[in-house]
Amino acid sequence: MNVAEPKTTVIKETPKGTSLYRDSWVRLKRNKLALFGGFLVIIIIFLAIFADVITVYDPTEQLIWKEGAKAKLASPSWEHPFGTDLFGRDILTRVIYGTRISLAIALASTIISMIIGVFLGACAGYFGGWVDSIISWLVNVIYSFPFLLFIIAIVAYLPPSMWLTFIAIGCVNWMRYARLIRGQFLSLREKEFVEAARALGANDFAIMFKHLLPNALSPIIVNATLGMGGIIMLEASLTFLGFGTQPPTPSWGNMISEGQRWLSSGQWWWAIFPGIAISLTVLGFNLLGDGLRDALDPRLKD
Amino acid sequence: MAAEVLLNVKNLVKHFPIKGGIFGRQVGAVKAVDGVDFFIREGETLGLVGESGCGKSTTGRVVLRLLDATAGEVWFKDKDVMALDKEEMRALRREMQIIFQDPYASLNPRMTVGNIIGEAMEIHGLASGKDKEGKVANLLETVGLTAQHMRRYPHEFSGGQRQRIGVARALAVDPSLIICDEPVSALDVSIQAQVINLMQDLQNEFGLTYLFIAHDLSVVKHISDRVAVMYLGKIVELADKHELYNNPQHPYTQALLSAIPIPDPNVKRDRIILEGDVPSPVNPPSGCHFHTRCKYAMDICRVEDPVFKDYGSEHFAACHLLER
Repeated sequence: MNVAEPKTTVIKETPKGTSLYRDSWVRLKRNKLALFGGFLVIIIIFLAIFADVITVYDPTEQLIWKEGAKAKLASPSWEHPFGTDLFGRDILTRVIYGTRISLAIALASTIISMIIGVFLGACAGYFGGWVDSIISWLVNVIYSFPFLLFIIAIVAYLPPSMWLTFIAIGCVNWMRYARLIRGQFLSLREKEFVEAARALGANDFAIMFKHLLPNALSPIIVNATLGMGGIIMLEASLTFLGFGTQPPTPSWGNMISEGQRWLSSGQWWWAIFPGIAISLTVLGFNLLGDGLRDALDPRLKD
Repeated sequence: MAAEVLLNVKNLVKHFPIKGGIFGRQVGAVKAVDGVDFFIREGETLGLVGESGCGKSTTGRVVLRLLDATAGEVWFKDKDVMALDKEEMRALRREMQIIFQDPYASLNPRMTVGNIIGEAMEIHGLASGKDKEGKVANLLETVGLTAQHMRRYPHEFSGGQRQRIGVARALAVDPSLIICDEPVSALDVSIQAQVINLMQDLQNEFGLTYLFIAHDLSVVKHISDRVAVMYLGKIVELADKHELYNNPQHPYTQALLSAIPIPDPNVKRDRIILEGDVPSPVNPPSGCHFHTRCKYAMDICRVEDPVFKDYGSEHFAACHLLER
C-alpha cells in the first residue's frame, strides 16, 4: 500500500490573535542567513556587555613594564591569541573592549537620528504644505553636503570626544529616517482607517503616532539595522583619521590606524584583527537587516 | 406627521483645486460636488446613487467635514456643522459616523479589533478599562461576531467579518446618523445580503438614520426609504423609492433604471442606451450637466441650469422638460 496519508493540520484556536510582528518573526526564523546575522549580532552585544568578565588583561595595561621587551609586538600565541601591540597591550582584549565603543556609538547615534528623523518626517508627511516644504528643503540641503567632510568639520571645531562623535553622526544621519517616514506618511494618510480615526474625533497627534507610525515602522527597523553597520564603519573611519575616539581608549578605528604602519613590516595582527571585527559586525547587521526586510514586508519577496 | 429632519444639506459645493505652472497657481478645479440639496429625516434611509466619479462619496465626506466644503451649509438638528470650532466638531462626531467601502483599508492592521472599536469610546470618554472591554464584547456580539475576536487582528478576518467590525466601530459612540459609503460594494453578493440585513436590524434596534451611498440600484431600492440620483456633482432627482422606481421623471434616472438587470431571460425590455461618456467634472457642460447625453435636450438645456424643485409630494427633480 502506497497511499499517502492525507496530512491534517490542526489549527489551534487561540483567543490571542497573531499580530503582524509575530507573523514576521515566524518568517524570520525560517531565514538561515538572517539567523546567522542575528547570531553574530548577539555575540557582539554579549562581548560588549561582558567585556570585563571575559578578558584577562586590562585593555590599557602596557605589559612591557611587567614582562619586558618580549611583550612588545608579540605575535599571536597562547597567552595573547591576537598578539600584542607596540606598548605590550593585549590585542584580543582591546578588540573585545572595542565592541563597546562601536556598539555604543552605533546605537546612540541611531537613536538620536531616529528621534529627529521620525519626528520631522512625520510632520512633513502628515501636515504637507509649507511644513513639508521647509523640512524637505532642509533635508536636501544637508544631504548635499559631503557626509564625512561635514562630520569632520563639526568635530574639528570642537574637542574630540565620544559624545561629540555620536551627536555628529546622528545629526547627519536623521535625514534618511525623515525621508522614509515622510514617504510612508504621505501614502498612509490617505488610507481609510486614518479617515475613520478622524471621523471618530482622534486628534492629529493620536493619528500620527498611534495609527500612522506603527504602520510605517517596518522600513525604519530595517533601515536602522542596515545603518548600524554603516555607522560602525563611519566611526572607524573618523577614528582612523584621528577625529573620533581618542587613545588610549580602545576602538577598532584607532587600532587599525595605529597598526597599519606595522602591516608592511610583518606585524599584521595589530591592524588585521580589529579589521576582521569590523567586517564581522557589519556583516552581521547587514544579514540581519536584509532578513528583517524580507520578514517584515512579505510583498517584497514575490 | 413626518419625523423631524435630522440632516439638512443646502447647496453644498466641493471643488478640488488643480494647481499648475511654476508658481503653483490654481489653474482649474475638479467640481466634484456642485450644489447639492437634500435632507434626511430621523430614522429613515436616504439612498444616494450615481455613477463612479459623480461625487457621491465626496458628498458624504464633506457632510462629516472629513473634507472642507467650498460653499454651502450642513445642518445637523439645529447645529450649523460648517460653523463649529474644533472642540464642538469633535463632540458632534459622536453623533455622525461613517462606514467605509473597502473593509481591507478601513481597519488599522497594527491594532487589535478590541482597540479599534474601543478607541472611539476612549476618545469620547464613554468607557475605559474593564467597562470598555465589556462594551466592545457586547458590540461584537451585536454585529454577529464573538467576544473572543477582540484580541485578534484585522488580517485574521474575512471581508464580510471586517465590514462587521467597521459597523461595530461606527456604533461604538452610539451615533444617530451613519453615512454608509458603499458599504457592500466590495463584498461577495452572498455576503452583501448578510451585511445589508445586519444594517437594517441595527437601524430598527438603535433608531439609526442612514445616508446610504451606492451604485447598485437594487441594493439601494432594498434598504432605502427615499432615493436621490446624482449626476456629475448634482442631484438630478430625489423621491420616495417607490415613486422614483415606478415613475422616474428625469431622463437620466429613466436611463439608469432601465439598466437594472432583470433575472428572467424571456422578459424583453427597452433599454435606454446613453451615448458618449460622462463629461469631465473639471469642465462640466454649460446649462444642464446632462444635456450632452440627453435625447430630449432642448436649446434651453444648453444655456440654463434647471432648478431642483418639488414637483408634488416631495418628488424633487431638476429638468427643463418638467417645466412645460
